[in-house]
Amino acid sequence: MSILVDKNTRVIVQGLGKTGQFHTEKAIAYGTNMVGAVHPSRAGTTMTFEGETDHSGVPGRDDEFSVELPIFGTMEEAVAETGANASVVYVPPPFAADAIMEAAASGVDLVVAITEGIPVADMIKAKRYLQGGNTRLVGPNCPGVITPGECKIGIMPGYIHERGKIGVVSRSGTLTYEAVHQLTQLGLGQTTAIGIGGDPVNGTNFVDVLELFEADDETEGVIMIGEIGGTAEEEAAEFVTLAVSIPVAGFIAGTTAPPGKRMGHAGAIVSGGKGTAEAKIAAMEDAGIVVAETPSDMGEAMLRALG
Amino acid sequence: MKIHEYQAKQLMGGRGIPVPDGQMATTVDEAVGAVRKLIESTGNPVVVLKSQIHAGGRGKGTFKEHPDVRGVNVITAGIDGGVEAAEEAVRDLAGKMLGSTLVTVQTGEDGKVVNRLYLEQGIDIDRELYLAVLLDRSVGRNIVMASTEGGVEIEKVAEETPEKILRQEIDPAVGLLPFQANALAQGLELEGDAAKNFGKFVTLLSKMASEMDTDLIEINPLVVTTSGDVMALDGKMAFDDNALYRHPDVAEMRDPTEEDPAELEAKAAGLSYIKLDGTIGCLVNGAGLAMATMDTIKAVGGEPANFLDVGGGADADQVSKAFEIITEDENVKGIFVNIFGGIMRCDVIANGIVEAVERVGLQVPLVVRLEGTNVELGKQIIEESDLSVVSADSLKDGAEKILELTGESR
Repeated sequence: MSILVDKNTRVIVQGLGKTGQFHTEKAIAYGTNMVGAVHPSRAGTTMTFEGETDHSGVPGRDDEFSVELPIFGTMEEAVAETGANASVVYVPPPFAADAIMEAAASGVDLVVAITEGIPVADMIKAKRYLQGGNTRLVGPNCPGVITPGECKIGIMPGYIHERGKIGVVSRSGTLTYEAVHQLTQLGLGQTTAIGIGGDPVNGTNFVDVLELFEADDETEGVIMIGEIGGTAEEEAAEFVTLAVSIPVAGFIAGTTAPPGKRMGHAGAIVSGGKGTAEAKIAAMEDAGIVVAETPSDMGEAMLRALG
Repeated sequence: MKIHEYQAKQLMGGRGIPVPDGQMATTVDEAVGAVRKLIESTGNPVVVLKSQIHAGGRGKGTFKEHPDVRGVNVITAGIDGGVEAAEEAVRDLAGKMLGSTLVTVQTGEDGKVVNRLYLEQGIDIDRELYLAVLLDRSVGRNIVMASTEGGVEIEKVAEETPEKILRQEIDPAVGLLPFQANALAQGLELEGDAAKNFGKFVTLLSKMASEMDTDLIEINPLVVTTSGDVMALDGKMAFDDNALYRHPDVAEMRDPTEEDPAELEAKAAGLSYIKLDGTIGCLVNGAGLAMATMDTIKAVGGEPANFLDVGGGADADQVSKAFEIITEDENVKGIFVNIFGGIMRCDVIANGIVEAVERVGLQVPLVVRLEGTNVELGKQIIEESDLSVVSADSLKDGAEKILELTGESR
């Protein structure tokens, strides 16, 4: 098994600008089941994606792909026509929260928001709108979700992943790639890797993902990668103590970050003495999580946690 | 983006939120010239002269050049001596404050130069309270935070007497509700007019927070006057940079003298840069990896000179700009480039680095660690260039190598 996405996930892309097009092509090359797009100004037309697949040369797999994606004016129409159950948002920041809410209204199970720079007030509204509904939001400002060999939604490089037994959850994109790369090299591989994003208000959090990994038969361990700002890591550590039986390793970025400064991510800020790396590392170690000293040691930390 | 106290009060006043009368001044004459009007219009002979910098603790802070002068001064000379005496006192103090360096608990040892003053009417204070509207990340909503302990550091209150901090969550669908405002007033032990005035104040303030995309509004102290008015005696406001496009009037309030010029230059080039005090410059893609690179430099015994995230889709020009900004820092003794090429291919990045280094004319050692797509090709490009660049295999390896080359390890 895996979590959130698999070979049955049918994905709509919201926003077919330059970035949306680029990553739609990469997703199809990886084998993701992209079924349509929403881009109101091009509704009623189609866009063809062609190229070499990521598994070109692998026996029994296609070397090339050619997919004609229908473009719709609304998510409602797109879901009705294609039976999609997930969407990915590449819409520019001023309109992205609306796109997330539209996805939720259309009834898809999962919406993955890649967009960076959405106003916090918009996300507060979107989070409220999604409350109590059945749509899960991952992100925004995240690399996306991937179940290796089955479905890639987002901007991560597919080839560094390998199907295996470790779940990965992270607030940072490139640190996720570091962890994934090390797991692949150590032969542990990944069940699913999820970027929950670097914004202060996001959809899915560490605790949600830990709960899903704990319930997944195939996931034998989890790497969680946090950073300064907020208390999501502390909450996750508490959850690990209470309800996670599989081994957890981790890393926290930002030990050397000066207080009061936003470190690239909107959510990566130590303010009023809250959200320090030290407090997070201490909480995680108290919960029995093996915390790597540097990102180069994340894979090793996972091995140690697995015992 | 942060703004000054006088700007925050201007915005609050414009939305009907009670603030004292005041006037901003950038020269001694402007400050002196504002005294008479202020005293005559308010009828209060007491005025307050406040340094305007983006840092707290001004009341207790002192000037490097004038250790006997504080950052905020209550001027009572007008009580006995009339307007002229108040003007004289303002002239003396403004002359010492303007252009001088104010050191507070929040500015660090270097302090900050005061370029603007705010002259404000004196207020007859009955009680000092604390009020703030800020994001509670664990619930993904703004909250109102209030306390009877005004005028002191709220972090201290939170640590020592957490029961004295009142909180109300703002549901974005309906805003702060009357019963919540009442609960806060009750908790603050306000009665009669003061309770009523506080209710209006906090309702307007929470509305302002959501409509104006503030990250933080902090009023410390919020005062209850002897006549039962509720007023913002101080005002700290920070805005969500990602929403400034909706508030051009606020964007114009930016004071560039409060920001690091190199950080502004980086921002204009689409880079995220923060200057630190160390000697090892770093150039990284991704915020998390950039922080982790700094941490690793420290872990192996060095001190990072900066945080620099070139982002996911950096091109050769941006990499070149990044090198320029790093090398402008005279403390930099060596540079560590750490890139995990995902969608960006390592060969493209390697070419960008070679080009940039040639253009900038690098004088300090450079270690490059590349990982990801086309990594072998990227390493080959670096090795075949005429540059004295050292390749590293991992983040840790790279951090160790740059320290070895610079001799900067502790």
